[in-house]
Amino acid sequence: MNFEKKIKTLIVKKPLKLDCGKTIKDYPIAYETYGSLNQNKDNAILVFHALTGDQFVTGLNPITNKEGWWSYAVGPNKAIDTNKYFVICSNVIGGCMGSYGPSHKDPNTDNAFGINFPVITINDMVNAQFNLLDFFGIDKLFSIAGGSMGGMQVLQFISNFPDKSKTVIPIATTSSHSAQNIAFNELGRQAITADSNWKDGNYSFNNINPGKGLAVARMAAHITYLSKKGLQEKFGRKLQEREDFKFGFDADFQIESYLRYQGSVFVDRFDANSYLYITRAMDYFDLAKQFNDNLSNAFKATKAKFFIISFTSDWLYPTQENKDIVIALNAIGADVGFVEIKSDKGHDSFLLDVPDFLSALKNFLDKSYKKNKI
Amino acid sequence: MKNEFKVIADLIERDKKVLDVGCADGTLMKFLIDNKNTNIRGLEISKEKVQECIAKGLTVIEGNAEKDLKQFPDKSFDYVVLSQTLQAFLNPELVLNELLRVGKRAIVTIPNFGYWKIRFHLLLRGTMPITKTLPDEWYNTPNLHMCTIKDFVHFVKSKKIKIFKSLALNNLNTSLINDANLGIKNLFADLGIFLIEK
Repeated sequence: MNFEKKIKTLIVKKPLKLDCGKTIKDYPIAYETYGSLNQNKDNAILVFHALTGDQFVTGLNPITNKEGWWSYAVGPNKAIDTNKYFVICSNVIGGCMGSYGPSHKDPNTDNAFGINFPVITINDMVNAQFNLLDFFGIDKLFSIAGGSMGGMQVLQFISNFPDKSKTVIPIATTSSHSAQNIAFNELGRQAITADSNWKDGNYSFNNINPGKGLAVARMAAHITYLSKKGLQEKFGRKLQEREDFKFGFDADFQIESYLRYQGSVFVDRFDANSYLYITRAMDYFDLAKQFNDNLSNAFKATKAKFFIISFTSDWLYPTQENKDIVIALNAIGADVGFVEIKSDKGHDSFLLDVPDFLSALKNFLDKSYKKNKI
Repeated sequence: MKNEFKVIADLIERDKKVLDVGCADGTLMKFLIDNKNTNIRGLEISKEKVQECIAKGLTVIEGNAEKDLKQFPDKSFDYVVLSQTLQAFLNPELVLNELLRVGKRAIVTIPNFGYWKIRFHLLLRGTMPITKTLPDEWYNTPNLHMCTIKDFVHFVKSKKIKIFKSLALNNLNTSLINDANLGIKNLFADLGIFLIEK
């Protein structure tokens, strides 16, 4: 089967005015679903993916032949139980797994858009994904959930569509990208654009592409997803299949070899231009700014029940930034719960087997769903 | 469930908005939801207890009462409950002021250090008292600022805090405390429950 046949796509006819001023229409949104929608259509959960994720949340990703990015959390009898809930996830616009993005063909030139693709924002992403509700005939979602950039989309979605979800689960996220976040993203973008194969974005994804630059971007970002303690425990100063230093610049240390591997597998599945676009969308994200610097106002119109989760060792989107969202919600008397999960696995904790996190997520969803039924 | 919680619940009318500070495993919260249709939130410092609350479907925020009460707007709850933890804070006066700012009224319970068994324990054995309500040794107790019912009454009066109701608990017996019987209640109650407002 080829790429297209493995990907389900919704062509959105309705024009969407982007934050940059341009309008798009007849654009594709690639999506995947798990579980089944019940008769009342009240068991749907919209999951939002992070920077390098895609619509293949769980099970085998048919394109990469690897496990879906949230396999620990989503599936039959798991925290987000697909025996019970209907899970929808779509590739963000700007992405490279079938949704409208820079690797799409520009009808005017017949080449890929490259950097002629309009700059998109988190707001644009959720406005595009909102069309999935109509497509499935869902009036109100049971929940929206996502970590990292997925969490930003969760916050933006409930702000844009306050009565479209009963529960809201932002995980390991922020309401505003910090200077440090922007700095790391800029490092990644500079690595890509410094690669001579980038050619101002005019490369072909499948042929010669800025793989080296993208790999460096991934390596740098990957470090930010882990904790110092986690790295030290896993790698320490262990050497890679050798007794002593080679006195050269080969990967002597296991951590070097690991990062190089992470970089190399990433370039096979990800488009460098998409990386530029999506990191830009994250950097532009500042929900409070959309509401006169008052974050509470972003949530004033919603009656949804919030559950916010952070991790002790996450220094990319630290507990305090998650707590700021809790504080903004408490200031308007919203229904909000919060827990900080103890974990040494850094920002990546939300993707990994962290039992306290998974049980909290499951308990919150199942109890809320049960209450909802009574 | 502890008799203390039943007495607290009796002080709260139906359909009120309540914050349970130091809600532990959420027993009181659950009781108030089931019996008083309370719109209730919990604040709890222990990660394990927070997990227990989530498993019960309760809305709880992990946090520290000494730092995290400030996020709640003035008078945003009808009642704020603080059960047997005032003595464990570094600055009980500050916490008490915060409770009274956030809640229209506060319900505070204190283990009474003036209870006769405690007095006898210290008098006869000469060691730090250990009782049902104060089960820890001197070296591992979380309690920093023990007080008696009398101390607490004097304190709130000096701070111009209004006491609507003072109750003395001794096992299953609940009785009203007033100016005339304060000395007696201070001797025979192991727990004091106060409904206050500022």
